[in-house]
Amino acid sequence: MLGKLSWAAIPFDQPIPLITGAVVLVAILAVLAWVVIAGHLPYLWREWITSVDHKRIGVMYTLLASVMLLRGFADAIMMRAQQALAYHSQGYLPPEHFNQIFSAHGTIMIFFVAMPFVIGLMNLVVPLQLGVRDVAFPTLNSVGFWLTATGALLVNLSLVVGEFARTGWLPYPPLSELTYSPGVGVDYYLWSLLISGVGTLVAGINLVTTVLKLRTKGMTYLRMPMFCWTTLASNLLIIAAFPILTATLLMLMLDRYFGFHFFTNEAGGNMMMFMNLIWAWGHPEVYILVLPAFGIFSEVVSTFSGKPLFGYRSMVLATMAICIISFMVWLHHFFTMGAGPDVNAIFGIASMIIAVPTGVKIYNWLFTMYGGRIRFATPMMWSLGFMVTFIIGGLTGVLVAVPPADFLLHNSLFLVAHFHNVIIGGVLFGAFAGYTYWFPKAFGFRLQEGYGKAAFWFWLVGFYVAFFPLYAVGFLGMTRRMQHYNVAEWRPWLILAAGGAVLILIGIIFQIMQLAVSIRDRAELRDHTGDPWDGRSLEWATASPPPAFNFAVMPDVSGADAYWSMKMRAKEQGLQPGGPDYSDVEMPRNSPTGFVCAFFATIMGFALIWHIWWMVIAGGVGAFATFVAFAWRDHDEYVIPAAEVARIDRANLEERRAALGLAGGT
Amino acid sequence: MVDTTLAFSEGGAHRLRGMEESVVVHDGPAPKRIVTGYGFWIFLLSDIIMFSCFFAAYAVLLGQTAGGPSGAQLFDLRSVVAETACLLLSSFTCGLASIAADVRSARWYQASMAATCVLGLAFLALEGREFASLVSQGAGPTRSAFLSAFFTLVGCHGAHVSAGILWLLTMMAQVFGKGFRADILRRILCFALFWHALDIIWVAIFSVVYLLGSAA
Repeated sequence: MLGKLSWAAIPFDQPIPLITGAVVLVAILAVLAWVVIAGHLPYLWREWITSVDHKRIGVMYTLLASVMLLRGFADAIMMRAQQALAYHSQGYLPPEHFNQIFSAHGTIMIFFVAMPFVIGLMNLVVPLQLGVRDVAFPTLNSVGFWLTATGALLVNLSLVVGEFARTGWLPYPPLSELTYSPGVGVDYYLWSLLISGVGTLVAGINLVTTVLKLRTKGMTYLRMPMFCWTTLASNLLIIAAFPILTATLLMLMLDRYFGFHFFTNEAGGNMMMFMNLIWAWGHPEVYILVLPAFGIFSEVVSTFSGKPLFGYRSMVLATMAICIISFMVWLHHFFTMGAGPDVNAIFGIASMIIAVPTGVKIYNWLFTMYGGRIRFATPMMWSLGFMVTFIIGGLTGVLVAVPPADFLLHNSLFLVAHFHNVIIGGVLFGAFAGYTYWFPKAFGFRLQEGYGKAAFWFWLVGFYVAFFPLYAVGFLGMTRRMQHYNVAEWRPWLILAAGGAVLILIGIIFQIMQLAVSIRDRAELRDHTGDPWDGRSLEWATASPPPAFNFAVMPDVSGADAYWSMKMRAKEQGLQPGGPDYSDVEMPRNSPTGFVCAFFATIMGFALIWHIWWMVIAGGVGAFATFVAFAWRDHDEYVIPAAEVARIDRANLEERRAALGLAGGT
Repeated sequence: MVDTTLAFSEGGAHRLRGMEESVVVHDGPAPKRIVTGYGFWIFLLSDIIMFSCFFAAYAVLLGQTAGGPSGAQLFDLRSVVAETACLLLSSFTCGLASIAADVRSARWYQASMAATCVLGLAFLALEGREFASLVSQGAGPTRSAFLSAFFTLVGCHGAHVSAGILWLLTMMAQVFGKGFRADILRRILCFALFWHALDIIWVAIFSVVYLLGSAA
């Protein structure tokens, strides 16, 4: 009846996951109870859960990422504490638990923190920057978000029901095959990523179509803000790479569920095929994450230097070059496979070549700042921290791209330090810069600067203290994922690294305080102008937060830095008398399709993990019924009459003019 | 019913204004039909990439028969030719359905889609028979890595055809219930793209798996 599921799946004998799970459960129930009792449920259902508004969906993606960041960080600080303690001892985490923690940490941080954070920001900002009213497929957008949330839910469920994979964030066979991982851990991994992978693919298709087919009048490719370009490149990579992940995980699933022999030791299976396939996805994946961050830095550096982006065209070229070359370097993740010197040399050189367009970008940002009137607001601080940190991470990357050096450093903590160096210093700092930069656009008030800067400094210093010791122990020969060790020279470094994790924890606490204080003081942090940073692209041309239809009248773009040139023209010529001609606006109706689909996907995923076949069928039938019901709708759009559009727009303009009058111009 | 939610201006997305004036102007968002078709094309490309992984796995594992039978011993080309005929003919009838939709002929549309459905089901029946006969000979997917890759690649295509038939029946019901509305015409377009793409993949499977496999 319940497949492999029984009471034995609940880890009653392991206090850490049990207590954590109980606390999280109580917290979730408390939030739910508050929502229901305070009567917020109808509002949440109407305005958020069923919303197909790209701005709302973007906010929900970012919220999911932020919550998952806390989970992933909890894993991280537990690992740092374990390694600080486990010298000549077992520490406090038993090996089977430690292995689940490092697997969950990587999986969560990549798939459920970094991905939703950048996808959320792209969703929020790109339609605004393109001057349009929504993404190409609004309802699918909602489906994509909720499927991502399903994946996150399943991963976290594994904490209390069953176990998570002990195989690392990429489940290398044959360890991940049924013979060596008979539990449900790998199955949790497989189904949560297969389901959320569909969500990611949907988001990718949606954003590529949006950028290529939905741009406002006059918004030619070479007038798009850089963030739109990096969004395009990143989502092209999603479309080309995520099907590879899906196919690879399906093969592993067939091995585990039906006794196929793709990656097994026996009957001719080839486990190195898994490494090749997974990294053919995995390497583009790091560029899927970092390219949007590059776009964010481009916007931030240009805005806070008060200058157009230096070398715009070279930036576009560099972005697209990275997009292509990122598919030609996957083998550098396993130089030690023994493919031979020629193959290794080719992939080593390709890996070094990809540093060239990245270097172009760094110089462009530096030259954008050169001669500019730089304002050191929090987003700019993250950008400057990124530039210094990312260059170091890039250099250690070029070092491990040299095959002979890689043979020594492979699987050591040096490698762990390197990829955290680029992912924290690149992707996460970029996400935080974008979060601070676009927060006023999403919510209508700025984040408090003091706590923001404190958080930045603790993150920055904490990062260096946590990860530079790992470079050192890597050189001292420590491999990754060690539950305990007996080498005396490693210990001081690992204690230092644990101290760095504590500094990062303080940074996170400051970020939470920043959010709380900003919400409390939202009246004085209110952005009346819609343009709190003196921005250059179209998202700042509308109110903060923007109305559902984004722009009362579709902007007509006549050059790069569209909003900046509009402002300059208004300064020279004065505001034109008379308002614009408003017309009716058609917007997509909200739809519960995404939420209902994800509900059935969660049931199916859970049932597949535990081999509850009748429930798999029930979930599948439910999902198909939802799909048909959605296809049967007669009215998928609603009209906002011109008078209402005019009323909202005039009120916004009034507020903006009053604010500018008080402030004496921008 | 207006065919534009997100398309705020009519006309093409990109146009070159004569050769002498080589400035690319941009008229604004594309019409919804273009957007939908374009997005679906991109989905098909991603699907083809997924298939290409299964093709790659098949190529890598082709010789890994683990002492079991190879393709040359197993494949019955006559049955495969019949499958191919069914699928190619179904693409033809699917094309007829698209034409019927263009001229808004519900009767011809339903007839062509029904024919497409029957041909698709015949294809699936033949494929099912082939799979059953392989399994009964002890050449199921668990026998060797080669057979795992074979069953996955061909089976994945079969799963797509099955999903396509579910979609096909839904589209017949939609046209029956709602007529040729703009949004339904867009779905008809996407379904046709999907069905023809399955044909293209089958041509690759026929060539790479069956023809090369029988020759080896």
